[in-house]
Formats: sequence, C-alpha cells, structure tokens
Amino acid sequence: MDRNQSHRQVATMKQSLFDQGYLDHEQFNQLEELQDDANPNFVEEVVTLYYRDSARLVHSIEQALEKSPIDFNKLDSYMHQFRGSSSSIGAKKVKAECSLFREYCRAGNGEGCMRTFQQVKKEYTALRKKLETFFQLARQAGPVDRARRPK
Amino acid sequence: MAQQGGSSSSGGGGSLNVSPMKPLASLKVLVVDDEPMMRTIHKAQLVRAGINDVEVAANGKDAVDLHVNGATFDLILMDLHMPIMDGCQATKELRAMGVKSSIVGVTSSGGAEKTAFLASGLDDCVSKPFVLQQIAHYLKVPRSPTNPPKYHNP
Repeated sequence: MDRNQSHRQVATMKQSLFDQGYLDHEQFNQLEELQDDANPNFVEEVVTLYYRDSARLVHSIEQALEKSPIDFNKLDSYMHQFRGSSSSIGAKKVKAECSLFREYCRAGNGEGCMRTFQQVKKEYTALRKKLETFFQLARQAGPVDRARRPK
Repeated sequence: MAQQGGSSSSGGGGSLNVSPMKPLASLKVLVVDDEPMMRTIHKAQLVRAGINDVEVAANGKDAVDLHVNGATFDLILMDLHMPIMDGCQATKELRAMGVKSSIVGVTSSGGAEKTAFLASGLDDCVSKPFVLQQIAHYLKVPRSPTNPPKYHNP
C-alpha cells in the first residue's frame, strides 16, 4: 500500500471514530493541532497517559463499589476525574456514561452505579481498541509530508 | 516580577493598572495539576503559543514550595482537585505569602465549589481543558502587583 493510500486509510478511520460518536471532533482536533515535527507522537502520548489515568481510576472505582456502605462522595469524585480526562481527549461516549454514573451517585443509587459502571468500562474498552488500531495505522503510514522550506 | 505602571482603565472588578505587554517568550508560567495528561496538554498549549518557560507541579503543596524557594511566575494555572493540597488551599497560601502573579483556576467543577475556588484568590476560572483564548488576556497582560485578584475575598 503506498503512503497516500495509508494516510487516506488513517483519515477514514479517524472520521469514522467521529461519525460513530466515539470521539469528539473538536476536542480531538485540538490535540492534533499540538502535534508537530517537534512532537510527532503527541496525541498518542497523551492518549497513553489517559489509559494510565483511566486504569487507576477504574481500579479505585471498583474498590469503592465493593465497600459497604458505598461512599457515594468518593465515587463521585473518582468519576468526576474520569469524566474530565475522558473529555480532554474527546472520548464522547465514555464521558456520557461517566455523567450518567454521577447522576446515580448523587441519587445514592448503588445498583444504578454498578450497572452504569459496566457501561463505562464497556465504552472505554471499545474506544481503547479503536484508538490502538488507529495509532498503529498512523505509525505505519508515517508522518504527513510537510512542505520543504527553500534553502 | 517587576511591573511598570501604565495607563489605567476600569475593569469588571474595579480599577485596573494595565502593565506593558511582555513578550510571550519571556513569560514564566506554572501549570499545577495532579494528572500527568493534563500537565502534558496544558504545557504543550503554552509552548505552542510561544511560551518557552513552563514549569509544572503535581499538587498545590509543590506549587507553594516552588514559591517558598524563590520561584516567581507571570501566570499560574491551578487545578482544583489535587492530593496533598488542593487548588483552593494552594491559592490561599500563595496569596497569604504575598504572591501577586495572575492565578487562573482550571476546573470542570461548578456551583459552590467553583465559587469557593474563585474566592480563594483567583483572577479567573476556566473550564478544563482550557483553550488558549480563555487565558489570552493573562498572557498579554500579567497582573500588576498593585492590582488585587479579581475575586479575592480576604
């Protein structure tokens, strides 16, 4: 596959992530605008940090949900963080599920929290798989050629 | 940070001494956030805007310690929820120390939490993640040391 085809494939995949509602177009583009020759893998680095933050928060939430009685304030605080970091990379569906979880927290509804948390994890896992494929494609395609400056 | 007096104009919070604009490349900015991802994003935004001197701190206590050790900044971007010392407490301590830098809160919290954060001594509060336009004013016009923080209720 030639480079142009590879880049088109990357662009198509990115558009499908927007169209299917996984990623917020504006937010993700803001991250991409920070990527340049000095930071060619900036977006992937940020997303990798997101995975790390998310793993820690998911673990904390799981532990908090196992406690009895449930500390809804703590849960809400964790999910507030998870929602915030998801929002920062444009993870639209994850963010939406996080918001729903917080509503159940505020209502003190443990069952609702547990149910919604499964959805949060499902959306997060789905997004992560798609992003991993996307970045693998992007790496294979290589950087987009920039116009050479005259010497 | 030496500030020269300039022309006065009234702002939303009372009289405002507008300082001469400093070149972006000469500004020193401190990003305070416990999330590595947010520190990375915010630092990249500032560097992209032309600010080369961007320091980061992972919590409010580290931010305060930097100042105790003599560091000064033109602008501090302060997260609210952080371990060890949150943004509210850090801002109060910095103001109590006499720190006159512009301090802009960066948080997705709202309501009473945001109000309390503003009252701790912030000049402004923006949502997370911020877009550069939201803090452009503070990059162009670092607050004069004689000008009180916009929302401070000591």
